[in-house]
Amino acid sequence: MRLSQAWIIASKDIDIFRKKKSIFYSVIIFPLFVSVGLPLLIYLSSGESSGTADVQSGLPIVINAFAFFFIIGASTLPTAIASYTIVGEKQEQSLEPLLATPTTDSEILLGKCIGALLPPLVAIWIGGVIFMGLIDTFTFRLLGYPYFPNPVMAVIMLLLVPFAAITAVEVSVIISARVSDVRTAQQLGSLIVIPFALVYVLGEINVFPLTVLHLLIIALIILVADRALFSLAVSTFRREEILTRWK
Amino acid sequence: MIDAINLTKKFGDVIAVDGLTFHVHEGDVFGFLGPNGAGKTTTVRMLCCLIAKTSGEARIAGYDTANDDDSLKIRKIIGFMPENVGLYGELSAYRNLDFYARLYDRSEQQRKESIERLLRLLGLWEKKDLPVGTFSKGMKQKVAIARALVHDPEILFLDEPTSNLDPEAAKTVRDFILELKKEKKTIFLNTHNLNEAQKLCDHIGILKTHLLRTGTPDDLKESLWGSKTVIQLEDVNDRIVAAVKQHTSGKVVVEGHRLVIDVINAEKENPGLVGAVFAAGGRIQFVEGLNPTLEDVYLKTVREEQ
Repeated sequence: MRLSQAWIIASKDIDIFRKKKSIFYSVIIFPLFVSVGLPLLIYLSSGESSGTADVQSGLPIVINAFAFFFIIGASTLPTAIASYTIVGEKQEQSLEPLLATPTTDSEILLGKCIGALLPPLVAIWIGGVIFMGLIDTFTFRLLGYPYFPNPVMAVIMLLLVPFAAITAVEVSVIISARVSDVRTAQQLGSLIVIPFALVYVLGEINVFPLTVLHLLIIALIILVADRALFSLAVSTFRREEILTRWK
Repeated sequence: MIDAINLTKKFGDVIAVDGLTFHVHEGDVFGFLGPNGAGKTTTVRMLCCLIAKTSGEARIAGYDTANDDDSLKIRKIIGFMPENVGLYGELSAYRNLDFYARLYDRSEQQRKESIERLLRLLGLWEKKDLPVGTFSKGMKQKVAIARALVHDPEILFLDEPTSNLDPEAAKTVRDFILELKKEKKTIFLNTHNLNEAQKLCDHIGILKTHLLRTGTPDDLKESLWGSKTVIQLEDVNDRIVAAVKQHTSGKVVVEGHRLVIDVINAEKENPGLVGAVFAAGGRIQFVEGLNPTLEDVYLKTVREEQ
């Protein structure tokens, strides 16, 4: 497999993504809200209660819960791009000439995945840096020390966010083979958020607290799921299937 | 350059293409004619290594379409224009072409030169930076042709290149194909348009799941009925018909006031036929040659099959 071919396809998809304002803004707005809006919410709701025992014990739980939103974003945002770059190409019938070029199915699939992964990942990582910066500003005042960086955020940003984004892209590829319009693909793809939301709820009700160990276990489970989904995506993304069986 | 031997494609129990055997010479324009659902697009897809054959053999420039390594080599030397243009509407004409040129490992200089040459030839250079989505159908078709040529392929597969185009845009595309023919490109052309096939093709295959006829346009027309001479008279009587029949071994048919006579060499036979009619007292209004068109050949062939 030639990465250069995959990158040519990915850079084209990213070019299209930048010109498709609706998709562009949908990928930007969520990380922006989480990175700026949630720290502001903490700041506004904390009031004059800095240093109290409630804040000392409760604030880290709230911050960790908010950090989990980046995983939820990573599991939904790539579907917006992946659905467009695959179902959109199918709708515009631009896959056939692409398949006639000297690229392999895997190179095209990898290119599509990179093109759908990179913009949301970059947006989430930038959002994560802003989030940590703002939270540290507030926690320094409220707790007396900067809360980030810490192992929880490292696992979230470096393992869970990319793994969840990969899951989203792979699910989108599989869905794209079975639907014929972008909106349906996006709607079905966004259902991938359900298991992540469930983990979030379990964390909130303390059934499955979002500790480093638990987050690592989740990361491992997603990784295994990603591997299985990858095989399924590869078997779906075959040129003959695309031209003759895809709806 | 293009060889198909017993090439067959089945989708489940449905036979889409049945035992095609043909050869396209280097530098030839080969026209594939056939009604909708005849298997033209399926054949092109098999030849371009987009779908696998069920049986038989297909070779492009000696490479086997069934071999994975060969199929990459084939896709490097072919240009393909599908029936639907399939361009990226958000991207400019230049960016669309540059994307494809990069997939063929063209250097930046090669890409620039090739894209500029093609867009200038097709009259689109001034609009190179506009999004393709804003283009008319004809302009998009031209960009799609440029895309198929951007890497200077040896063989070009064009699937209905002038379908849905207005006459002027269709003529521009046809003229461009004629230019490519002068450059000795091997072209495989799927078309419904019989005039187009007549004007552009060196050889023609008529397909309806299997290959019904193949040959040069002239051979095909000749095979239908050769030439005919029509003599329009003021009145036709038995004496005139007998005189004509004495003068020719070809078939003579009376259609109202017209005699339709099969001839082998019209220039040689017509003076004698006219003389015979005149000697029998016939008063000739006019004489004309009647040659079968490709449309006659196509319709007869397809109807016979039905």
